[in-house]
Amino acid sequence: MNSQGFTARKEKKGFRTRLQSFIDGTPLIGWLLAIFCAVLVEYFLGDLISYYLGLPKIPVLFGFLTVLKKPLLVPGTIGYLILVYGLPIFLIIKALQKPANKLADFLDKRPVTIAALVHLGLFYAALHLWADMSDYRLLVLKLTMIAVMLTLSINVINGYMGEFSCSHPGFMALGAYTASTLTLLFFANDKQFGDALLPVYLGPYFFPLALIAGGIAAALGALVIAIPSFRTRGDYLAIISLAFLFIVKSVIENLEFVGGPRGMSSQPHYSTLPVVFIVMVLCIWIINNFVRSTMGKALNAVRDNELAAEAMTVNTRKTKIITFMFGAFWAGVAGGLFAHVLRYVNPGSFGIQRLAEILAMVYFGGLNSVTGSIVGAVSINILSEALRPLEIYKWIIIPLLLILVMLFRPTGLIAFTEFKPKELMKPKEKLVGE
Amino acid sequence: MDLFLQNIVNGLQWGSFYALIALGYSMVYSILMLFNFAHGDVFMVGSYIGFGVATALLGFVAMTGIPLPGWLILILTILFSMFFTSFVGMFIERVGYRPLRDAPRASAAITGLMIGIILETGNLAILGARRLSFPQLIESATYQFGGVYVTNKKILIVGVSLGLMYLLHRFIQKSKWGMAMRAMSFDFQAVPLMGVSINKIAPLTFAIGSALASAAGILYGLAYPVLDPYMGILLGWKAFVAAILGGRGSILGAALAGFLLGFIEIFVAWIFPSTLRDVIAYSIILLILSFRPHGFFGQAHSTQLRL
Repeated sequence: MNSQGFTARKEKKGFRTRLQSFIDGTPLIGWLLAIFCAVLVEYFLGDLISYYLGLPKIPVLFGFLTVLKKPLLVPGTIGYLILVYGLPIFLIIKALQKPANKLADFLDKRPVTIAALVHLGLFYAALHLWADMSDYRLLVLKLTMIAVMLTLSINVINGYMGEFSCSHPGFMALGAYTASTLTLLFFANDKQFGDALLPVYLGPYFFPLALIAGGIAAALGALVIAIPSFRTRGDYLAIISLAFLFIVKSVIENLEFVGGPRGMSSQPHYSTLPVVFIVMVLCIWIINNFVRSTMGKALNAVRDNELAAEAMTVNTRKTKIITFMFGAFWAGVAGGLFAHVLRYVNPGSFGIQRLAEILAMVYFGGLNSVTGSIVGAVSINILSEALRPLEIYKWIIIPLLLILVMLFRPTGLIAFTEFKPKELMKPKEKLVGE
Repeated sequence: MDLFLQNIVNGLQWGSFYALIALGYSMVYSILMLFNFAHGDVFMVGSYIGFGVATALLGFVAMTGIPLPGWLILILTILFSMFFTSFVGMFIERVGYRPLRDAPRASAAITGLMIGIILETGNLAILGARRLSFPQLIESATYQFGGVYVTNKKILIVGVSLGLMYLLHRFIQKSKWGMAMRAMSFDFQAVPLMGVSINKIAPLTFAIGSALASAAGILYGLAYPVLDPYMGILLGWKAFVAAILGGRGSILGAALAGFLLGFIEIFVAWIFPSTLRDVIAYSIILLILSFRPHGFFGQAHSTQLRL
């Protein structure tokens, strides 16, 4: 009886268990390889497949835009998704599960840096090809990456530190304007600042410096807020940072040499996809290290009980000020990138609306979690692009979704987790003979 | 001197909007220790409801031929819209705040923000992007006192706001419900044990706050007759700052700070170029807050974020 039951259970291999082992047994590198191959298929055969399926062109954003505009194209789009993404990914993983595990094992024995670089390189290659197919994809991808940076940096303040900061658009504006002013002044011939002061071809090399300068400007702005507002605890920071946001916007509107309310335009085209990608990876890496460091742990202690943290020799004031400036720095860098992606900034784009957007992303994804921030930023961004054909109803659906998330998971989808790249890249099956 | 007095009158009018809206923020905060971030949009909805009620009443007058005077229509409009808008407030409490009473405080702030966005967008989706002009219910008349010009609308706006604030004060100080609210703001954990249900007090607070915002919306419509769905954002956030300035949870403080903010904005716009209004006004507020971190009448209590 017993042994029969045992064998019966062992033989039972339903669809779900097979799917489970299919998903669980594949390491990250396997998925990246499969996605890369799917993108290759789309790159070379996409036009052909969409032609035979009766689609006017390649569905740009996984077919959302096409389907919402012309519901009749639903079968064609689904067919396209299956043929271009589903089938290649499935086949590659089916074929390469074992070699991929071997590769992951090989990489696991090397230093983390090398393994991470291999993964990131593969991921970037897939993204590059994917974005190469249309300018719209490129723009969405860049803005999503910038959103990831913004969300992460506000998560450091609102999630890890547990304060409620409202000034992120202000930091972004400081970064955007500082970086744009520097690049326009030194490396571009434009009507705002006249001829370039330095040879134009040097521009791309100095762009990181301009970004850092933008970040530092934002961090200094954060210092201005931090000094008065960390004397008391509670909602105080929320108010001061809100007032700061109004002040920054208003000051920029009044500064004639940066264009006033009209804004600045024709920034040089420095924010290419690789640049944005590298800066985003750096941002994720540094912020992840920061929150896992002693400083990050001290930060959580300050959030949970400031008095107890102080008793445990944490310098709470210093911790809070440094963290606030750190978060603001990355918001400033993201702002600098943002200005060079759109190649146009005006004060109107750094208002309350942007604040609501950033807060939505961080609370959707989850507080106190790097993974959550990435998930939140990517999903809200892609969703808001995908729902674009619904026009203003988009802004009813997304808030509703967020309210539901808040009601059922008040701290966000993936909250209070640690992001461990080494765990992520591990092989998923113990190899035979080990 | 005349210009100074004129600006005082303008500041009174401008401040009464802030004061009425700030009262709603402050009352909700005193009960739940949470801010209702949809309140600015409740002001907008109240204004639109006022528009609807006024239009309906004018239509009624035109249809039946009963000659209702303009001031009666105005009073009816204010009363009806306050009544209807209070349900919007109760709805927000029920959907966005009651389920999250024990959640981290920031979560309720986010639901409030999102309900605000839904109200704006819903309005845009239902009524379209065209701007509505608020019906002028009373004839405009201008009186001159010395060199100061005062319109009857300004008198009406300031008078109605002060009257409503007085009524609110009476309600909170003298009535049984008001006593319950005061008790709840004193200790919201012990008072439910005394048989006062927070599930009744919280909706009541939201309802009163929304009714006041609705009155502010109608008065705003009288003074600046163009309604648009995003008019609540800036006014609401500024009133929020006023509520903080007055001291969180302090009714008197919120009213006074609302007027003060109105005065500051008007006077800054008078003395400096008006584009500098926000910079200087908020710098003054930051300065005040750095000396009195808890506002004018706020108690110094440390509110740990429940995260």
